[in-house]
Amino acid sequence: MLLWLLVILLAAFLAGGVNRFVGSRGGWGLALFPAGVFACLLDQWPLVLNQQNLSLYFEWVPALNLALSLRLDGLSLIFGLLITGIGALVLVYAGGYLKGDDRLGRLWMFLLLFMAAMLGLVLADNLLTLFVFWELTSITSYLLIGFNSDRTESRASALQALLVTGGGGLVLLPGLILLGGVGDSFEISTLLENSEQIRQHAFYVPILIMILVGAFTKSAQFPFHFWLPNAMAAPTPISAYLHSATMVKAGIYLVARLHPILGGTAEWFWMIAPVGTITMILGAVLALRATDLKQILAYATISVLGTLTMLLGIGTEATLTAALVVLVAHAFYKGGLFMVAGAIDHAIHQRDVRELGGLRLAMPATFAAALLGGISMAGVLPTFGFIAKETWYEAVGGDVASIGFLAASVLSNIGLVAAVGLVCIKPFFGTRTAATQAAHEGSLAMWGPPVALGTTGLLFGLMSTQFSGLLTAGSSAIAGSVVPVKLALWHGVNVTLLLSLLTLAGGLTLFTQRHRLGGVFKSADRFIQYGPSWVYGWLLKSINLLARGQTAILQNGYLRFYLLTMVGVTVLSVWMALEGEVRSHLKPMPLDFRIHELLLAGLILLAAVVAVRAKTWLLAVGSLGVVGYSVAGIFVLFGAPDLAMTQFVIETLTVILFVMAFSRLPDFRRLTSAGTRARDAVIAVVAGATITVLLLFAMTVRTDHPISDYYTTNSVSEAHGRNVVNVILVDFRALDTLGEITVLSIAAIGVYSLLMLRPAKRIAPGGDTNNAANGSCLTSTQSED
Amino acid sequence: MDSVILKTAIRFLMPLILLSSVFLFLRGHNEPGGGFVGGLMASGAIVLYAITHSAAAARQVVRVPHRVLIGSGLLMSLSSGLLPLFLGRPFLTGMWTTITTTGFGKIHLGTPLLFDLGVFCVVTGVTLVFVFSLLEE
Repeated sequence: MLLWLLVILLAAFLAGGVNRFVGSRGGWGLALFPAGVFACLLDQWPLVLNQQNLSLYFEWVPALNLALSLRLDGLSLIFGLLITGIGALVLVYAGGYLKGDDRLGRLWMFLLLFMAAMLGLVLADNLLTLFVFWELTSITSYLLIGFNSDRTESRASALQALLVTGGGGLVLLPGLILLGGVGDSFEISTLLENSEQIRQHAFYVPILIMILVGAFTKSAQFPFHFWLPNAMAAPTPISAYLHSATMVKAGIYLVARLHPILGGTAEWFWMIAPVGTITMILGAVLALRATDLKQILAYATISVLGTLTMLLGIGTEATLTAALVVLVAHAFYKGGLFMVAGAIDHAIHQRDVRELGGLRLAMPATFAAALLGGISMAGVLPTFGFIAKETWYEAVGGDVASIGFLAASVLSNIGLVAAVGLVCIKPFFGTRTAATQAAHEGSLAMWGPPVALGTTGLLFGLMSTQFSGLLTAGSSAIAGSVVPVKLALWHGVNVTLLLSLLTLAGGLTLFTQRHRLGGVFKSADRFIQYGPSWVYGWLLKSINLLARGQTAILQNGYLRFYLLTMVGVTVLSVWMALEGEVRSHLKPMPLDFRIHELLLAGLILLAAVVAVRAKTWLLAVGSLGVVGYSVAGIFVLFGAPDLAMTQFVIETLTVILFVMAFSRLPDFRRLTSAGTRARDAVIAVVAGATITVLLLFAMTVRTDHPISDYYTTNSVSEAHGRNVVNVILVDFRALDTLGEITVLSIAAIGVYSLLMLRPAKRIAPGGDTNNAANGSCLTSTQSED
Repeated sequence: MDSVILKTAIRFLMPLILLSSVFLFLRGHNEPGGGFVGGLMASGAIVLYAITHSAAAARQVVRVPHRVLIGSGLLMSLSSGLLPLFLGRPFLTGMWTTITTTGFGKIHLGTPLLFDLGVFCVVTGVTLVFVFSLLEE
């Protein structure tokens, strides 16, 4: 399974080169990679049908229970097939859409990276691994949404999506960690066995809330729905993939995945089902209000995501199955319809439905794709959308108590049918408008994929019984027990069929009477304006203001204030931590000093005083050097040769650096007032005293065995080294060292850019610009004095 | 600095200091020393040379650009951590092997050595960036 991820990553790696050497047709080749993974997944089909789960366990950071463990069950298989299958089509489509564009390689790469992240997410069996992939989808989708990075609105939308989904991710992480702690494992498959224990636990509700916030932000549930339509700033291939078929379903996937562990309680129902229902209705209404093709589709997506959430929240076996069926049906038609919208946009650069009309003859293949997608979305016999809707109505209408959910479902579907009218009927029928005069059919890469997706929706409807097995495996994974699914195209004349007919009739009526809605929406606009989107804007603005304000105070550009802040905060926090405890623990120091120790201590003090009182910089630097060497001497006396050696070399280099830097400064002069110096002296003394107390305290309060015992006993046996200090650096705490040398390197880059990459004009003041530019960074201005 | 004596002295001293830095680096695992001190000492030698001769001359002596030094050092340390991953052990696990040579007898080699070599390179490179940047200011 790891190989599948690597294959897709390999394709991402190749994408740039493919565009450069093969051009946009390379999309067909690149699509072979996900298609290959698709085939591998299909190969696992029989195994999964027998409820046998392929799994892979690979230790990552055992100390944190972090394992790269993957597992393929019915749910992952369905998601995996959608991700790779639709992904392959989108790659082809993207080739047509951005034909001849330099950035096509980048688009392919981002899409493939996103695909790998998404595939990893649905295959992950470890909560922490899942989270890593979860965040990877957030980051890659940020890159995708902001793809047109030269446009301000694209960048703002990308940032919004990242902040909302990333913020949700930050809430999700503690939820997952808590869940792992309560359930004694981070492996989802193990948690399944401990689900009873988790649901009984006092932390159950906090866990549920945190995980749901993560899932709801990702899947654009109310009140976090506002980022999704904005994310339509991305080029259409991206919208088609990310925001209809895969990414936004990540939240749905998480809820479905965790249902057997957390579900089946009243809290589950009340926290999820109402949110889903509100989102479902809201999405449908907003879809009708929108006029941009992609916006309509985006709001329709929100509505369906609401539906899925609602169905998962209700949580009966029937609704869980229905959720899965609706999800699959939606992936087919929405992916296709987005591509249709993109094809229209690509041909005439117009997406406003009010400006569209009569495209039927100019773009026949696109029209066919739109029809195929449209009838599935509207739920017309014999498409898979029809089956999905039937299953959905039947599941929700199971008992009298849920009659409200049924009514909401029918209402939202009426809205969606009207939206289908806007997307699939309005642009294609009627007379040609000014905008559509120049319309023409795109290449095979443009209309092939949506037609393929639409046809698949139709085939799935006609051959639904063949897919019952797979859906059984999927819904069993969601339910936590075997749930047989029997799909059939024709159930006979019953209540659900009548409701379906009612939905269609209602939707078509709404579509034809849509001009009456204008007034209603206009009066609602005033309230919509103050929705969650406004709250987001306000929050963002406030945070920026706050950041600017505190930066002006804390980072005002004066080094001495930085030092003041750092020292002050350290002193304050030390005293707050020590408060009250110090006096009871401090014992008088044993006064058995040796004479040379006293001499060294005296030397340090003397040198420090000289450094402060020095009149020339050379004296100041020299005395600081004396302080450093004396400290090294103390290290020698107390048996730390390693430290002493390092200190000696460091001290030498520091003095050299100081001399080199200071030799360029003007004469040493007192620029501060006596008052400032007195203040600094007080701070310095207080800070010194604090550290002294802290050290004395640290020496007397040791309660446990020092950790150094562990190192000394294990140094030779485990790390084959007798020098404990070095063994700690390169073996026991090598990760820290790795971090430190990374920080060092970053510091070096910082110094380099500060000193070498200054604006050229400062080197050659008054010189003409050409000279200044030529003699820029590396000109040596060193003088030999 | 224009002191002939110092210039000549450094010319002879520098190789010695560099040698001792390598010595320090290699003995680090069992005796005081190691990549950090070794790297500092090596850069100290080059800094002395740079001060007495010139930064450009010192660059000539080092040959490797310091960004290459820093980058390859980081890469070495990282790869010493990644190596055990491929053998199914956790990141940064120390792996050891013994090589028998004709001249030197048995030599223990391990990933910590590679790691320490990375530290050596990064420390040298970073110090040189600091010093050369200031010198060429």
